[in-house]
Order: sequence, then C-alpha cells, then structure tokens
Amino acid sequence: MAIACSVLLVAIAAESPARAQHFDAESFSLANGLQVVVLPNHRVPAVTQMVWYKAGAADDPRGKSGSAHFLEHLMFKGTAAHPPGDFGALISQGGGRSNAFTTEDYTVFHETVARDQLDLVMQLEADRMTGLVLNDAVVVPERAVVLEERRTRIDNDPSALLREQLTANLFLNASARVPAIGWEGEIRRLGTADALHFYRDWYMPNNAILIVAGDADAALVRRLAEKNFGPLAARALPARVRLDEPEHRAAIRLEMTSERVAQPSWRRLYLAPSHRAGATGQAYALEVLAEILGGGADSRLYRALVLDGGLALSARADYAANTIGLSSFAISATPKAGVAVGELEKAVEAQLNRLTEEGVDTGEVRRAEQRMQAAAIYAHDSLSGPADIVGAALAIGQTLDDVALWPDRIGAVTPAEIAAAARAVLILRNSATGILLPEHSS
Amino acid sequence: MSRRPVTRMVMLIGAALVGLSALPAAAMPIGQVTGASGVAAWLVEDHSLPVVTLAFSFAGGAALDPAGKEGTASMAAALLDEGAGSYDSTAYQRRLGELAGELEFAAGEDELSGSLRMLSRNLTETADLLRVALKEPRFAEDAVERIRADTIAMLARQARNPRSLAGRLWMRDAFEDHPYGKDSDGTPASVAAITRADLADFVARHVHQKDLVVSAVGDITAAELSGLLDRVFGSLPPGDQSKDDGAEIAEARPGDAGALVVSRTPVPQSAVSFGEAGPKRDDPDWYAAYVVNDILGGGGFRGRLMKEIREKRGLAYGVSTALVPYRHAGLIFGSIATENSRVAESIALIRAEWQRMREDGPSEAELRDAKAYLAGSFPFTLDSTRRIAGVLVQMQTDKLGIDYLDRRASLIEGVTLDEARRVARRLFDPARLSFAVVGDPAGLESTRPPREAPH
Repeated sequence: MAIACSVLLVAIAAESPARAQHFDAESFSLANGLQVVVLPNHRVPAVTQMVWYKAGAADDPRGKSGSAHFLEHLMFKGTAAHPPGDFGALISQGGGRSNAFTTEDYTVFHETVARDQLDLVMQLEADRMTGLVLNDAVVVPERAVVLEERRTRIDNDPSALLREQLTANLFLNASARVPAIGWEGEIRRLGTADALHFYRDWYMPNNAILIVAGDADAALVRRLAEKNFGPLAARALPARVRLDEPEHRAAIRLEMTSERVAQPSWRRLYLAPSHRAGATGQAYALEVLAEILGGGADSRLYRALVLDGGLALSARADYAANTIGLSSFAISATPKAGVAVGELEKAVEAQLNRLTEEGVDTGEVRRAEQRMQAAAIYAHDSLSGPADIVGAALAIGQTLDDVALWPDRIGAVTPAEIAAAARAVLILRNSATGILLPEHSS
Repeated sequence: MSRRPVTRMVMLIGAALVGLSALPAAAMPIGQVTGASGVAAWLVEDHSLPVVTLAFSFAGGAALDPAGKEGTASMAAALLDEGAGSYDSTAYQRRLGELAGELEFAAGEDELSGSLRMLSRNLTETADLLRVALKEPRFAEDAVERIRADTIAMLARQARNPRSLAGRLWMRDAFEDHPYGKDSDGTPASVAAITRADLADFVARHVHQKDLVVSAVGDITAAELSGLLDRVFGSLPPGDQSKDDGAEIAEARPGDAGALVVSRTPVPQSAVSFGEAGPKRDDPDWYAAYVVNDILGGGGFRGRLMKEIREKRGLAYGVSTALVPYRHAGLIFGSIATENSRVAESIALIRAEWQRMREDGPSEAELRDAKAYLAGSFPFTLDSTRRIAGVLVQMQTDKLGIDYLDRRASLIEGVTLDEARRVARRLFDPARLSFAVVGDPAGLESTRPPREAPH
C-alpha cells in the first residue's frame, strides 16, 4: 500500500537485489555538508529524489523507542510555508508519489515525479529539513496511526511477535535489540516534544544524503541543490552510538505458543559482524555463505531439508551486512506436518556441523557468486533500485567505491574464507533459537 | 524454488493494481512481432541494459478448476518450474540459477500468467527452460507431494491470518457458489484430491497457442524475438479455435446486500474487508469509475477515506479501495484494520463516506486533482522491463489496442463532472456495501452468521 509513511525495512536479506557496479554515479557535497549523488537513468522522463537522514531507530533515546519512526510519520504534517496536506497535494497534482521508511540506521523520504518537478520536490524536502511545525492536534492522531501500524505488522501476527522477542533476546546490549517501530508502551508515551527533540538532533544538511536518480544530469542537480538546500546551515551533530555486545555465556532458547499459529516454525539467530561492526573482514564471506546455505532452491538447507530429507516445507538463511552496529545471521525452517521441531533442528544442525567441519566446495561458491552478481545487474532494471543500494551503503558510512566494487569483492570470496567465517559465527552460545508452536501441541 | 500458490487475496490485489493503473502515456514505441509459427508478441526495445523480460498469459485459470479439485490451476502453476524435460526439480532450478533467469508463474481466476527475466547474453538457453516448463512439465511425484504439502500448510496459515481470512470471508459471501467465490488455492480436502492427471490435464486444456498473449521488453531486436517466439511457444499445440477458455463461466454480480459478518478471534486489531459490485474492464463507465474510486479510496493521502479515517482520527494505518475487474464480474473492494474498540467507528465512517459520494459525487476540485494524478503518475511507473512487459500483456488481454498508451491520459481527462456524479451514484450504494470482520470487535454483531468455510 502506497502510504506516505513508513515501511519498516528491518533487515534486508542476502537474497535482496545486491549492490551493483557504478550506476554512472556522480557525487559532490555542498558547503553545508549535504552529500549529493546523481544516478542518471533516462528510461522514463521522471526522477526519484531520496533524502537519507543518517539517524534511525538505533539512535532512539533510551526509553523512547519508536522516536525515529514516529518522526518519519510526522514529517508529513507541514511547515510554516506548507501547511498540512500541501506537501502531498503539490506532489500528486503532477502525478508524483511520495513515501518514507525507517530502519535501524537511517530514515528515508522519497518522491518520484516528472523531471520538471525536481525543483519543486527539492524545495519541499529542503523546507521540511528544518522547518517542521508540530503540535498535539496533529501529533496525537498520528500516534494512534503508528499504534495501528504496530498492531498490523507485529501484534496481530504471532511469528512477527516471536521474531521481535528473539532479536531482543539475541542482543544482550546492542542497539539492534529494540524494534524499529518501538515497544508499544513507549510509543504510547511519545509526544510532540520527543519528536521535535529527535528532529533537532538529527535533521540537518550535514547529516543527510540527497540522491537523485533518473532523467537529470549532475549540473542541473547541483544547481537545484545549491538553490534549495544551500541556504540551510550545518549544525553540531551528536555522536552516533552503537552499543557493543558483552561476551555471551549461554545459548538462548525461546518457545512461544499461540492459538493463532497453524504450524510450528523454527528460527535461529547468531550474532554476526557487519560491514561496520565486529570482524568486518568476514562480512563479504558471510553474504556468500547465506546464499550457499539458504539462498533459494539450489541452497544447501533447501536441498537437504526440503528436497532430499522431506523434513521441511521451507528452509532459508538471511544475513544483512549493511548495518552500523552488529548484525545477525538467521536460519529459519518450517517442518512438514508430522515432523517434530526437534527432528528438524537436528537436521539443520547436522548441515551446520558439516559446513564448519568440511567447509564449502568450489562449485557451489561459484554458483552462489554468479547468482549474486546477476542480481547486481538486475538492480539497474528500475529507477529506484540503484538509489536504494547507493543510499543504504552511504548511510552507514560506506563509499561509492564500496558499492562499485561489491560484485568484484563477492566474486573474490574464497571457500577458505567462507569456512573461516562460518566457524567464527555459527557458535551455539552466540545464538538465540525461537520455536513457535500451535497452542494445542505444547 | 516452488512459487507459493497465489492466494485469492494476492490475486485480488494484483488485479486491483493492474486495473487501477490502467496504463500510460509515455512515448514508448510498441512493435508487433510474429514468428514463423504464427505466435505474436508486442515488443518494446530498450538496449540500455543487457536484460530482457518475456511475459505471457494463457486464457483460463482457477475459476475453471473442476468441482472438488479447487486449487488445480494454482498447484499446476507452482509445479511448472519444479522439473521439466530432461531436468528434475533440482537440476532445473540449478540451471535457472546458473543462467540467472528469474521465472514466475501465477494462476489467476481467469488466466495462467508468467514472466521470465533474463540476461540477454543467456537469452536462448534461458528461454529453453521456459519452453520445457510449458511443453514438458514433469509433475514428478515427489514434487507434486511437496507442493501439495506446502499448499495445505499455506491454507492453514491463511486460515489464521486475520487479513487474508477477512478477504476470503468477503469473497465467499459475495459470490456464494460462483467459481469466484471459491478459494483459488482450494481447500485442504480439494488440494488433497488433486492428482498428477488433473495437473497434466490443466496444462493440456490451457497451455496452447490460441488465446496466448506475449510481450517482450528490453535488450532484444524484432528479429531475435521472432525466433524466440517460435523456440518457446512454436511447438505448443494450436488449441481448439472454436473454444474460448473461460467463456463458459457465468456472469456474476457480487453482492451481499449490505451484510456485516463477524468472525470472532482473539487478536488486538480487527481486519475488515468491504465492497460491492463494480464495473468490468470493458464497461463504458470504466474511466469515470476509476477516477471516482480514487477520489473516495485512493492510496497515499489522496482519498477521502484516508483523510477521514487516518489523518483526522488515527483509526488505521491505511485504508483504500480499488476496482477489481474479473472477466465475468467486477468489484469495488477495500480493506482496513483498526483496534477492536474502535473498528465500529471505522465502519460507520466508511458507510457515511459511501453515502456522501453517492449523494453528492466529487467536487470539481477533487475531480481535477484525481484526473491529473491518475493521468500523470502512470508513465513514471514504467521504469523496469518487468513492469512494462506486464502492462503490455494486460493491454492485450483487455483488448485496449496497441495505441492505448497514447490515449490513456485523454480517456481519463475526458471524464466530466456530470459523468463522475452519475457514475458515483451508480457505483456507491451503502445498502449493498457489505463487510467481513475478523477479530474481536466491540459493539459489532453479524447481521447473519458467516458462511462456513468448506473443508
């Protein structure tokens, strides 16, 4: 649903379209620190503008979870120049669309409009970067909207509830333990002052990345960016804190039953490094490992558990390397009717043991890397694909070179590196296992 | 990997999107290509990326599933890429992965459709995998049993998912015994009854050249496409020229005369589906209905429902309505989710807005804004080979004409205020607007018991 607020992209998994080549990106910065990236694409006479703020749910103040996401909603509530409703009306009059989303590390606002509307959407984004006007009359109903969003995404869905609990239990201390949408009780207490506090801390040109993808050239984008964002002043920026994990001494195990559950499911998270935290040198190897282990119909877990073993209906692995703080390596499986969860778990563990003992073979590494590199080509096949990839990398502190070199770095990962990363990460005491059961079978 | 059989609600939403975004106005030359075999396709060449998408649709879908074997079309669609020709399931998927092909099949009520996105350097080899999937699907026993188990598990999951349950309840009540009222994924019992012969029979009945619609978009020339059409589709049986797959299904006017049914279940938020009869795609009032629907239930923050329910009162994260055109019926259909204690308020507001639109129609400003948005937004969405290929197939299925993209904006802009008001009165009738609610709503009782799901 194209709602002008918030899709919580929590963890983009290994099978998502990968980062890709150079996208013919041109990049420059304004004097006030705003970073600008232009990604030319002349297929349609349109542009997608994205403003990425380098502040997300992991930057929520303690006890105020959901702040970043709540502010994302409230950014559509108007400024002195553009009263409530104006923003959406101005964009849709020309056939444009706007939306926004919040993750752990960033908050993103985007518009797709005709190329001659680029100046307009830049004016609007520059205006609300510092000019947001909030009061209880708009804030209070929007808090109710966020609570409905939480009920839809999480509270009405037992598997989402267990995933939330599992993540909170895996991370004993790291910021990622708190759900991006916020805990219900804390959302209920968020008010106008909290939103404005987060806004003043983080929303400024020197903490933002402007990406323009589509039918525009760098000279035009530079001129319009100078005109619209240039007058905004840089301000002092708080440090982004990502808490570390203490040593884990014991594996965590959660079991949840619900009458809303049709069939059991099993999921395990292992603490994992990211491109920015922990043993960052393992991140590329872990991306390939997730593809080999659980990235589709030709993956080890799918073949062993679903195709050959006949134990599972599904089996997969997911890993997101693009986070500032620590990440997790996830394995999930759903047993076939009549197969006990314990039996499934043993079969998964047998595959993991085989992996850490024997490593991976050259053929499966090559196939996985080829699939991932092809995904990087397909990422060009839309207006927003390249912008999403570039933004997600830059917003966590990677560079355009990192984006450009991703296919090569994936292709250079060796079987030995994958085996070493698997041995470093797939350690039981660094894991949290969650089992979801129908009410009657517990 | 097996595609999950497409659910009724997914199909509804898919159909709604296609119906809603009833096509563009960008200057995009569309060619017509016919192979030596007689198979034809529409082509948009774009050599900016080494990528090609081939999309196709065969007439006849889930609505034709034999009684007691509901789910056959969906299950067949899920099995076409699970082993074909000389490949077993594993070998097929491995080969597809090596070639970096992205293949999808989906069974709708009225058609079996699919798409194949491929790298142009692997064009022939990847297309050969599609050819064998269509021509020589194996339906091997292990794959059939695996997909059967997967489907039954999915049905069990959906039966506990408030949103999909509300959609199913609504469809069942609106269409009763008509095929559109049956779940296109079947029931656990009907899925259990489907045999390999049923699946092979589905392919034999529908996968043929007659009523096949094809499009290609991307890094491919007309000459290359001509050869590719013969290669992929040229050896399919011609099909019976005298037969029109799906024409035998009865016309249906969905409607439940303003009923409200509640299925009680302990969740914090009630999921609600609502709607009534709407226009089919070839209805002369289609464009007026399309515009008026957007004014009432448009996505983003454009629609009246969104303003009244979300913006003013915070009652829901989203609420929208869409025209859903099937071959033999049309719907205007929407959904919303609100916490149990306030869902009655949401429903009252929807009814009131339905009544207000019926009585007064849109204002001149609303009409102007909606037309500008609907005419202007569509071309921007034609940014991927997959998206364009899908649109080209839909244009052919709906018989809109190859110049439709050039005419679309003026068709929308031509809707007058008088016409919009007349169509609003025709389209919106609170006395016929029915609701299905799944949750534990306060202050809402069924006007009659929900119809039992077949088992």
